[in-house]
Amino acid sequence: MWVRSTMAYRASFVMMAVGNFAMSALDFVAIMIMFSHVEVLGGFTLHEVALLYGTSAASLGLADLLLGSFDRIGTRVRDGTMDTILVRPVPALAQVAADRFALRRLGRIGQSVLVLGWALSGVQLAGGAWTPLLLAVTVLSGTAIFGSVFVVGGAFQFVAQDAAEVQNSFTYGGATLLQYPPTVFAKDMVRGVTFVIPLAFINWLPVLRLLGRDDPLRLPGWVDFAGPAVAAACCVLAGLAWRAGLRAYRSTGS
Amino acid sequence: MRLRGVYFAVAAGSFRRYSTYRVATAAGVFTNTVFGFILAFTFTALWSERPHLGGYDESQALTFVWMGQAMLSAAALIGGGFQEELQERIRTGDVAVDLYRPADLQLWWLAADLGRAGFHLLARGVAPVVFGAFYFELALPVSPLAWLAFLASVTLGIVTGFALRYLFALSAFWLLDGTGLNMLSTLMSMFFSGMLLPLTVFPGAFGEVARLLPWAATMQVPVDVLLGEYEGAGVLSAFAFQALWAVVLLGAGRALQSLATRKVVVQGG
Repeated sequence: MWVRSTMAYRASFVMMAVGNFAMSALDFVAIMIMFSHVEVLGGFTLHEVALLYGTSAASLGLADLLLGSFDRIGTRVRDGTMDTILVRPVPALAQVAADRFALRRLGRIGQSVLVLGWALSGVQLAGGAWTPLLLAVTVLSGTAIFGSVFVVGGAFQFVAQDAAEVQNSFTYGGATLLQYPPTVFAKDMVRGVTFVIPLAFINWLPVLRLLGRDDPLRLPGWVDFAGPAVAAACCVLAGLAWRAGLRAYRSTGS
Repeated sequence: MRLRGVYFAVAAGSFRRYSTYRVATAAGVFTNTVFGFILAFTFTALWSERPHLGGYDESQALTFVWMGQAMLSAAALIGGGFQEELQERIRTGDVAVDLYRPADLQLWWLAADLGRAGFHLLARGVAPVVFGAFYFELALPVSPLAWLAFLASVTLGIVTGFALRYLFALSAFWLLDGTGLNMLSTLMSMFFSGMLLPLTVFPGAFGEVARLLPWAATMQVPVDVLLGEYEGAGVLSAFAFQALWAVVLLGAGRALQSLATRKVVVQGG
């Protein structure tokens, strides 16, 4: 239904999809401008940074397509429309995900796939025959981790009501962070996104392995492949947080 | 005289309205600080490769990052503010009521936007800079005169930003659904205000053009004023650049507004 309704304003839909494409592309243009002045950034070449960029943006794009509507929960809690969702005989999670499902978000995914393809044409990867599989698993588990952040953020809004922006700093902020090599950031920050909020598993650890680089925290090698396990754990935690959030929900009722 | 009182009341009411969203404000400060840290580290990496890139030393570049985060919501650089609200009123036809009021539509929204910007500058502007100054070495000026010049420049920048967004908002009279154009507006202001990267770093002729566009007046110029990039009376030329764009764009908005109210049939029962 949401797909059909956005198609009603066709010109606007095309502009939004193109805009979505261009909006995420601008980040990459900024990176290219940076590289017009330097050869390496934090010891990484443009193609290597592009690989980080592509994987991070693809995961975020997919998670945003599936679960991006979760930042509207605060609004729903405030105006009381959350009640309509809860009385329907379909899981609330699925309904919120489908609410305002926006195909224009394909723009971001398309752009990240282009950058990813371009990056792969310019780097030597260490994974051998396993490379495509590892990349696919990386993007998918990255999607699950970002998706968990969206869901946890949604659950948090039952309590905070008006804090969609906190969620943005972990999703969009996290994606921006992961677009740059970990060598750029302070050790404590890298530790934080590895052990506290496991964003590093979205792309840093597996891509560093593919590029044949050591990770700055000197973790044991198997950690690079722990992405799917971490993603699964995140999904479980997000599910629990979501249920706790729903239970804490007090309708604005009349 | 009485009418001027009305606009002041609108601005004050808008200030108060935004000040009631305390959790949202705290969330915004958190977000600006997180993005400030991410950008600051990438800028450090860039400036350690190429010191004096774009005419800034490292501490000036870091100051650029944090002042940008401080001005982000005040100048509504990535959207927000009045735009969607006005468009919604145009779409539903409520704007007809606004047009019957004895106050001017453009000045009304300008007053509301200035009130909002004032609150955001205080509430979401100061804290990120304090965090940034705690962790990084910033090149903040000590002279109160430099801060006064900065404040004047920020104000001009906010008015220019408003004038630009008003033009985009009015498009809803013709398109009804303004979301597509809003995205374009956000896109342009994100890139050409200097928020992603200072415009002085943009290469060649592209950079020269970018520095002449109205978006430069919203962030690049105020931060340059703060950093002392304009020597002495040069500050006046910075003000003139901003004021010129503000006047031109406000004029264009006024013309478009009268065109819209004369030609367009307002929806509604």
